[in-house]
Amino acid sequence: MHIHKYEKIWLVFGIGCLIVFLTVVGVSAFAAGQQPPSCLTTIDPEKVDSTPPFDHPGLVKKGDKEYELNIVVAAFSFTPNAIEIPKGAKVTINVTSKDVIHGFEIPGTNVNMMVEPGYVNSLTTTFDKPGEYTILCNEYCGAGHHMMTARIKVVE
Amino acid sequence: MAQPLEKVDRRDAKLALAHLFVAFTALALGGFAGLLQTLVRSGKFELPAGVSYYTILTTHGVLLGLVLTTFFIIGFQFAAVSRTTGALSDGSRRTGWIGFWLMTIGTAMSAFFILTGKASVLYTFYAPLQAHAGFYIGLALVVVGSWVSGFGMFAHYARWRKAHRGQVSPLLAFMSVTNMVLWLVCTLGVAATVVFQLIPWSLGLTDRVNVLLSRTLFWYFGHPLVYFWLLPAYMVWYAVIPKVIGGKMFSDSLARLAFILFLLFSIPVGFHHQLLEPGISPFWKYVQVVLTFMVIIPSLMTAFAMFATFESYGRSQGATGLFGWFKKLPWGDARFFAPFVGMLFFIPAGTGGIINASHQLNQVVHNTIWVTGHFHLTVATTVVLTFFGASYWLIPHLTGRVMTKAMNRLAIIQTIVWAVGMTFMSGSMHFAGLLGAPRRSAFSTYGNSPQALEWIPYQIAQAVGGTILFIGIILILVIVINLAFFAPKGETEFPVAEAAAPYERAALALENWKLWIGLVVALILIAYTVPIIDIIQNAPPGSKGYKLW
Repeated sequence: MHIHKYEKIWLVFGIGCLIVFLTVVGVSAFAAGQQPPSCLTTIDPEKVDSTPPFDHPGLVKKGDKEYELNIVVAAFSFTPNAIEIPKGAKVTINVTSKDVIHGFEIPGTNVNMMVEPGYVNSLTTTFDKPGEYTILCNEYCGAGHHMMTARIKVVE
Repeated sequence: MAQPLEKVDRRDAKLALAHLFVAFTALALGGFAGLLQTLVRSGKFELPAGVSYYTILTTHGVLLGLVLTTFFIIGFQFAAVSRTTGALSDGSRRTGWIGFWLMTIGTAMSAFFILTGKASVLYTFYAPLQAHAGFYIGLALVVVGSWVSGFGMFAHYARWRKAHRGQVSPLLAFMSVTNMVLWLVCTLGVAATVVFQLIPWSLGLTDRVNVLLSRTLFWYFGHPLVYFWLLPAYMVWYAVIPKVIGGKMFSDSLARLAFILFLLFSIPVGFHHQLLEPGISPFWKYVQVVLTFMVIIPSLMTAFAMFATFESYGRSQGATGLFGWFKKLPWGDARFFAPFVGMLFFIPAGTGGIINASHQLNQVVHNTIWVTGHFHLTVATTVVLTFFGASYWLIPHLTGRVMTKAMNRLAIIQTIVWAVGMTFMSGSMHFAGLLGAPRRSAFSTYGNSPQALEWIPYQIAQAVGGTILFIGIILILVIVINLAFFAPKGETEFPVAEAAAPYERAALALENWKLWIGLVVALILIAYTVPIIDIIQNAPPGSKGYKLW
């Protein structure tokens, strides 16, 4: 097939860029561990209230500046919905849904997860800036979807 | 050499027109729903009579994302196949009508259940939210109807090839067939979830549904769907626009190669819509991210081909200097201007797509209104403006009329209105999304949270853009109704470009369907087998249905 010289240059440049992009993405994923939240833990969505750690949702101290935040999501609320976290704490957030699909997003941070019934989703983050953060549901879940919200206070 | 005007057979024209009428009716209703959404989202307007925002949202998504596009594409492709490979046989035409009626009945059924509030599950279904079974059955009919039409096109193409052994098929027919193969392979996923999971479950025959499996099958279809929308726009760009401006196609066989690459790489990529979901291992997500990025290659080829065509035409008209050719293009011709503006919007649109599909960057924008802004650039600008541009010759060609100068001027204004409206709406969606504003949500300040208050000015700008776009919809409807019923009688050309170089042998090799379909299947198996086995074997207990709207 005849390919014009300029087109060859254009394609070599374009495909070269792609290779660079994908290498960057691949190295940061597999060498630096920056993977999207992909937790494979399953749970019975109807027994969330009696399955640890979701039988006692909330913040749990795991070590020096290390915390676990377990949150139960159901239409149309987050439990707990008012959380205080010390500044600089490394927090692993575990979420699961009791009913339909929800979203778990903290605008202004990179915390963003899908919450699906039957699965736990999980993500680790550090809250470096003090202040008040909003948690909201960013996946359609029914009539009260836009009313679902909770607060995180990061304190000194 | 003057050639006789090649016309689409009159009976085929009727079939194509029937599709276009449904498409533009969907545009009118779906566009109105879109206007209402932007108004609600501004916070200054509430829907009357207790109508839910999410009912309107479902209407908008289904009518514009599925009905407008599918009907326009199938109508356009029937016309293109008939124009380039001769009138359809009675059998193929009858098949086309059966497909048309199945799709129309299915659309009416789904619309009924959406508008009566029994199916506010949005366009992506969202099991375990459970719509009325009639909604799913209606959508299944739309898909099955499109298959029937696809088989009509395949049969016609096969007959042409049999009668012209050893010849390269006309480019538009080849491209139509490629697009229908893509559609057939990808809709198997959505048909599987609707027929085997959602219908039995909504009828109460099964108790529970595997949520992750239903989402995975949906997105197996949900991303190629956007290429099913885009490829007909590319058909116009490659095979029609060069003729409209008076030039030649850059390369016939490269155009075919681009389409084959889209066929190969658009399907095994659905996980990039599911990057933030549990239950899928990050390794398989990465594999599909890599495959997703491969579709950038044929997009780059298309960009080159288009601008090469423009430049060589301009230079043949005596243009000099690096960009002199730019001035020689027919800016006053709406058949060129509308698709050209669409192409320009594809540059930021494609860039945004690369961001969305990236393994980690997705975390910043996932389910924010940035994504809505992105596909309003791709589908609602690039594709739709190209469809509008195609309508300016297709409809008068099919109805035996001509577009007047006044209508052409109105079409230029329409394009500008659309571009301005979309810049406002999509631009503010992108900015608000980067600040975290969610998509698919009614107006909310989340208890006056400081973040949500930042979004409000952008949401007002979205309503301004939405209103301008609605004016654009009124203008296009005026033009379409004029071209269909009131324009002066006469002959309008269905422009089909010639290739700059004669057909090459490579073009013939690209019609080796066994090879390409075999490769598509192999890629799909590589990308999906292990994760799907895992999703089924390690499934949590399934979910009952919920009606939370």
